[in-house]
Amino acid sequence: MSAIIQVEKIGKKYILSHQRQSYYALRDVMADSVKRWGRKIIHPLASRRDPDPTHEEFWALKDVSFEINQGDRVGIIGRNGAGKSTLLKILSRITESTRGRVTLRGRVASLLEVGTGFHPELTGRENVYLNGAILGMSKANIKRKFDEIVAFAEVEKFLDTPVKRYSSGMYVRLAFAVAAHLEPEILIIDEVLAVGDAQFQKKCLGKMGEVGKEGRTVLFVSHNMTAIQNLCTNAIVLKNGRILTTTADVQNAVETYLSDVGTIKEISLVERKDRQGEGKILITGFKMFDNQGEEIYSLISGQTVEFRIYYECVNNQKPKNVSVGIGISALTGQFLTLLSNEMTQKTFGAIPQKGYCTCKIDKLPLAPMIISVNLIVRQNDIIQDWIQNAASITIEGGDYYGTGRVTPSTHSGFLIEQTWHSHGMSDVS
Amino acid sequence: MKNEEYLLVLEAGRVEKNYWKDLWRYRELFYFIAWRDILVRYKQTVIGIAWSIIRPFLTMIVFTLVFGKLAKLPSEGVPYPILVFAAMLPWQFFSNSLSEASNSLIQNASMLTKVYFPRIVVPASSVIVSVVDFFISFVILGLLMAWYGFVPGWRMFSLPLFLLLAFAASFGFSLWLAALNVRYRDFQYVIPFIVQFGLYISPVGFSSSIVPEKWRLLYSLNPMVGVIDGFRWAILGGGTRIYWPGFLLSSTLTFIILVSGFRYFRKTERVLADVI
Repeated sequence: MSAIIQVEKIGKKYILSHQRQSYYALRDVMADSVKRWGRKIIHPLASRRDPDPTHEEFWALKDVSFEINQGDRVGIIGRNGAGKSTLLKILSRITESTRGRVTLRGRVASLLEVGTGFHPELTGRENVYLNGAILGMSKANIKRKFDEIVAFAEVEKFLDTPVKRYSSGMYVRLAFAVAAHLEPEILIIDEVLAVGDAQFQKKCLGKMGEVGKEGRTVLFVSHNMTAIQNLCTNAIVLKNGRILTTTADVQNAVETYLSDVGTIKEISLVERKDRQGEGKILITGFKMFDNQGEEIYSLISGQTVEFRIYYECVNNQKPKNVSVGIGISALTGQFLTLLSNEMTQKTFGAIPQKGYCTCKIDKLPLAPMIISVNLIVRQNDIIQDWIQNAASITIEGGDYYGTGRVTPSTHSGFLIEQTWHSHGMSDVS
Repeated sequence: MKNEEYLLVLEAGRVEKNYWKDLWRYRELFYFIAWRDILVRYKQTVIGIAWSIIRPFLTMIVFTLVFGKLAKLPSEGVPYPILVFAAMLPWQFFSNSLSEASNSLIQNASMLTKVYFPRIVVPASSVIVSVVDFFISFVILGLLMAWYGFVPGWRMFSLPLFLLLAFAASFGFSLWLAALNVRYRDFQYVIPFIVQFGLYISPVGFSSSIVPEKWRLLYSLNPMVGVIDGFRWAILGGGTRIYWPGFLLSSTLTFIILVSGFRYFRKTERVLADVI
């Protein structure tokens, strides 16, 4: 059977221009040509092919090839900037590839945003027609599905109200409802499930699952690994514009992605700019040590570990009443736990101007996974420094229960000391 | 396989061949976008409709006073207000199209970067909105004629042809400006100037017959001269004569602008999502 989507060696090049705003202005063109003229007069012999230092080539995608069969639900995963959105834009024809060839055997509907083309002045009814047409539905088709769409969105009463008066929830519901009733052979979706309330999200996920079962092909980009695992039958992992893996083993692909994310955070905490807080106390480092005092870089379930948070106070103060916290989340975004001196003991009365705080765990109760660590320092309840995702740490399987058995990686989560017994019941009644 | 009818091959640099087929496939979207633009323009607003009446009407009064009464320019034997208004119709259509269409791509940027359709739909629908304005103004012309007891002749039936010419000129320029506006974002400051300047170098407030014979051909390099002369010829009838060499020159230029505008727009369209 021939593939429904066939991508052969596509590449997309962007020219990055430094110095300049995001768009080009006529006056820049004029100024540039005057400059070039001037340069030519001053150095008439200089080669004309002088590379312009303000321009730089950048390949958002390079040599990407894959095939997708009909009925596959393919998750496309990768870090920000890996080329996911560019790939979707090429497949949905919003932009052209610089190289390569794409063959599509079916109608494509792309859903890169909910409510594309919604106009605030128009009523709900009018917007359903407009949005449907923009997404590629025919008028007859929209008419036929109109009631279904409205029922799905639960906005019957407000059909003739301009959508500018809608609550954001209603707006999103209506927008998604239109999209959910598309009937293309190929559906391309970019992270749109991140909108709406939890209940509606669930409804959308259900609808997407249905769409897949009807034999339609779905391409789905998301950072929500749980959604990818639940919905997709295949996965493509992108990294820096190239394909890392293409596989039918979604679990494996998600792990590849997660471990890839895990190895990247090597930028030192001092240089991090994306921090929040008053800044009187700054976090300068985060390290882990085992019970022999050796520095370690990954953890094992059940081992003894000491976390050290290095800090420095500005202005020579010796701050009092300091609380330090280590937030631990799974890479899927699920928050797991907070380690905090304030919760378990009390705040540090006074700390030296420069030093480190330690937090020791005797028996690490986390199963194999990759965790992301947030660090926070507060003084008198005012946040002084807060770094999200300060480190990603791989936890490997270990003999937590002391039984000689290593927890398998499929059992991610917490490990809890437990006692089991078996009791007999005599059959007397 | 039933999907073969939708087979689509995208190849770098060779998207061209699908273009005309796509235009046809997306015709319904074109209706919808045009319908939206018209709806939005007239929705809020009594002012929307009033505005499309008041503006040409006031301009007509000013031109009649300045050129007709003060400068005492010849009126080809028809009431001066009708002379002016017959030219006001295509001019208003042209200038509205230009101002609306030139911004249309940028206004719809969020849509253009999120979904595919032939982008020409967007400026085309702005021009369609101007057509609606045109018909509203046309009613005013009818009233004006009734007021002066002016009866148009058989030539009136040729008006659709000249309207087509006006459409070609408006659409051609609109395509150029819409595309240029995306490429060079400061181009938008040039457009009001073009529109204002054009009003005076085109024969809106006066008849082009006052231009000396030897300059007429040169004057006809302005495509709107042909369009306006055509409108006057059709509406005013009687004594109005058309300067045919000039008219042909204007029409040829209009055609060239339309074709080149289309090609330039196509070129811009392909990189649109990357630069907008």
